Amino acid sequence: MKRLESVFRFVWEFVIGDDWRIAAGVVIALGASAVVASTSLAAWWILPLAVAGLLAFSVWAATDSG
Amino acid sequence: MSGQEFGLAVSVFLACAVEAVEALTIVLAVGVTRSWRSTLIGAGAAVVLLAVVTAALGPALTTLPINVLRIVVGGLLLVFGLQWLRKAILRASGLKALHDEAEAYQEELAAAREAGTVDTGLDAYSFVVAFKGVLLEGLEVVFIVITFGANQHRIGLAAAAAGLAVGLVALVGVLVHAPLRQVPENAMKFGVGVMLTSFGMFWGAEGVGASWPGGDAALLGIIPATLAFALLLVAVLRRRTGSAANQAVARTPAQA
Repeated sequence: MKRLESVFRFVWEFVIGDDWRIAAGVVIALGASAVVASTSLAAWWILPLAVAGLLAFSVWAATDSG
Repeated sequence: MSGQEFGLAVSVFLACAVEAVEALTIVLAVGVTRSWRSTLIGAGAAVVLLAVVTAALGPALTTLPINVLRIVVGGLLLVFGLQWLRKAILRASGLKALHDEAEAYQEELAAAREAGTVDTGLDAYSFVVAFKGVLLEGLEVVFIVITFGANQHRIGLAAAAAGLAVGLVALVGVLVHAPLRQVPENAMKFGVGVMLTSFGMFWGAEGVGASWPGGDAALLGIIPATLAFALLLVAVLRRRTGSAANQAVARTPAQA
């Protein structure tokens, strides 16, 4: 059980890193892009907008917590 | 070589060079203090394992349908890229300490000295520390090699760029015989973060069915725009921390 826990922690730290909200935001943005792309609307702008928002939010949150 | 292949080679080379510099610090410290033979066997075993993981996972990924592959690769590159960029921005703006190879080297030296007597034959401490250090530093590079390489069906090119970076860092390490303090690690991490994030956006959007204006040429706009936005964040954070520090200094005499 302890080994499983340490493997999970390693994978979490490796993939998710310091801010889990970045990974969650990427998944949501990809999902939103898929939904919009399935319509007749342009969807390319969603990821750049999401990246800008996520990055700004994440570094800003780091300065507030630090 | 196409623009995307050039981007792949540069990103993998920079990412691998940065991680190799950090791994070299660990290998040098343990080798100098304890046993070179055991340290090099440990480091070599980790490199072999990383090569096996790359050889096994890379071709497996390329069997995925192209759009699924692009969503997976785009998502992973975005998550990794944003984490690299976040750290590099915080370091460049002075909010997080820069990675200091000399300090890391001294810490590893002290730990190696405190680890007790050196085993005759294969020294377990040297082997394990070198193996673990190289494996952990290399694992992220393996993911970058696999994701970038699989998406463009150029795992060989990605692996060659990674091998070149490791070889170069190892050669310089042998010649200098000290941790590589002069390498601009944060600038390199900044560059890798920009590239991973840019390609992640490009492939992720294509994977879900979006079309970029201008097709592949859109990357020529995405990469500079990502770099400019990251630099803007650094400038804003520097001003913010600078003005916060000034306010604190201004308040101090009144409070005293």
